[in-house]
Amino acid sequence: MKKTVVIALAAVLIVAIGVGVYFATRKPVEDRPAADTELTVYNWFDYIDPEVLNLFTEQTGIKVNYVNFTQNEDMYAKLEAGAGTYDVVFPSEYMIERLIKEERLEELNLENIPNLANVLDNLRDPSYDPGNAHSVPYMWGTLGILYNTEKVSEPITSWRCLFDEQYKGQVFMMNSLRDTIGLGLKTLGYSMNTRSADELREACDLLVKQKQDGMVAGNFVDETKDKMVAGEAALAVIYSGDALYAMEKNDKLAYAVPEEGSNIWVDGMCIPKGTQHKEAAETFINFMCQPEIAQMNMDYIYYSSPIKQVVENLDEEQAANGALNPPQDVIARCEYYNDISDAMDLYEGIWMEIRMAR
Amino acid sequence: MKRSWYASPYALWMVLFTVVPLLFVCWYAFTTPSGAFTLDNFSKIAQPMYLLVLWDSLRLALYCTALCLLIGYPTAYFLASRDFSRAQSLVVLIIVPMWMNFLLRTYAMMTLLEDNGVLNTLMRAMGLPGMKMIGTEGAVVLGMVYNYLPFMVLPIYTVLKKMDYSVIEAAQDLGCNPLQVVSRVVLPMSIPGVVSGITMVFMPAVTTFSISRLLSSGMVYLVGDMIEDYFISMNNRNVGSSISLVMLVLIILSIGFLRKVDPDSEGGGLW
Repeated sequence: MKKTVVIALAAVLIVAIGVGVYFATRKPVEDRPAADTELTVYNWFDYIDPEVLNLFTEQTGIKVNYVNFTQNEDMYAKLEAGAGTYDVVFPSEYMIERLIKEERLEELNLENIPNLANVLDNLRDPSYDPGNAHSVPYMWGTLGILYNTEKVSEPITSWRCLFDEQYKGQVFMMNSLRDTIGLGLKTLGYSMNTRSADELREACDLLVKQKQDGMVAGNFVDETKDKMVAGEAALAVIYSGDALYAMEKNDKLAYAVPEEGSNIWVDGMCIPKGTQHKEAAETFINFMCQPEIAQMNMDYIYYSSPIKQVVENLDEEQAANGALNPPQDVIARCEYYNDISDAMDLYEGIWMEIRMAR
Repeated sequence: MKRSWYASPYALWMVLFTVVPLLFVCWYAFTTPSGAFTLDNFSKIAQPMYLLVLWDSLRLALYCTALCLLIGYPTAYFLASRDFSRAQSLVVLIIVPMWMNFLLRTYAMMTLLEDNGVLNTLMRAMGLPGMKMIGTEGAVVLGMVYNYLPFMVLPIYTVLKKMDYSVIEAAQDLGCNPLQVVSRVVLPMSIPGVVSGITMVFMPAVTTFSISRLLSSGMVYLVGDMIEDYFISMNNRNVGSSISLVMLVLIILSIGFLRKVDPDSEGGGLW
């Protein structure tokens, strides 16, 4: 027994010395300055090709600790509670604006991110983050209507269809404050970012009436796509990425961005304040903008990539798919969400009225 | 070491995960986002619109509790009756669903009740007209009853099982007919189990939110949903906390009321 213990101790000692010598003699490779650091990347659930992370570690020596969230607001709460825990985060545009306002994001050193040049021109220098000083687009898309071509009689081109008597009980709305109130405002011809109490009141009345008239069959976020695949409703408010997923599974579904205009959303990559590995984080962001890497991610999650080379590479069918590759006229009539947290009281009252309508 | 020390791990646990969070809830409920004292959070939820949501939650929880009692009592009575020898295995069958996460069970329920779901497909195949189930209050109550029924059956079963059978024989000897045996002897003696069952069903039912959201397709809006909305979508912990506090007080009041009915906590004394 004693002998075993001695042998075990000796083995531990040898291994320890070996490891010590290995690390003591190892020099960082010059073109991999950040090798051996570990980045904590905080991204949306199921929003990256896992192989991309392996490739990144292989090429740079930087390890990645990958964690997930499912809502911008979740992410915000975590970020607020634990600055310094995360090195790269993926918020949406209105959240980026808010984080910048609250000085929670590092200013990016764009010299370390030359691949920003690969990003589509219309997504660069956005209003929510002038000059891309704090964020680089990762994926983008639109808000629109997913409809079942067998259950509608006319082409769906307007938000008005969601309020049309002939689709009574056949409409899925979205259980999301910004998107629901926003589309109500757009239907009436107002901006999705309004702070006008009168305009919000009008949108509220429209949405409350829609519910009272029995138009709405459900309010979802994540469940919408599967329910539409199963043919549970004629029309649904949906994000283009989810629409792509649903259309893959059911060829009777189609997607439209209404003529009144809609939201264009961008999920960006940002570095929160308090990070210990800013340069490594910038290396990561730059890596994600490489065309071949962006291509892998697009193929995997099937959302629209903002990288020019990927867009040029789309095959004919993909290029013609408005949900994957929004045409210029759609982009022109869409707007970003702005941060409205200072007008939240107004929105809160309206949202409660809509939710509680009966 | 004194025996009371054995409870210290639990005491620590309780302080960390019950007392401290509760203090936070109280603090947020009475302050503005910037930390100043206010009662506005409460006056906001005293509006009729908000009270209707509260009423809906109470109403659906009452339906659920009543249904559970109607189904659960006879079940427990049947299981506890002496002439039934396989009771133990049936009790296990009642517990088995509880081994699976309730969210999974609720998702399964959703696929059963959908317009093109299992039940409607079956009904149409048999030539019956389909029925609107998902998205109705009925679906929510069904989901709650399905989830909480074991909490009603088990305490009643325990009390009935412990009952001294000679008491029933005495009642019979003294001339009670079977109906009188149940109404005069069994029922009064099982009240502690009933009270315990009602508490254990009513409390989770009144604050439920995922069951209602999934089975009502987000169309029935209950207090639980409202609290979640305030905390997450609107990032307003203060109003969220004040609603939570109101619920807490309501629940404590209802426990106090039930204690009056069962002062010695004979029904297992869970609360």
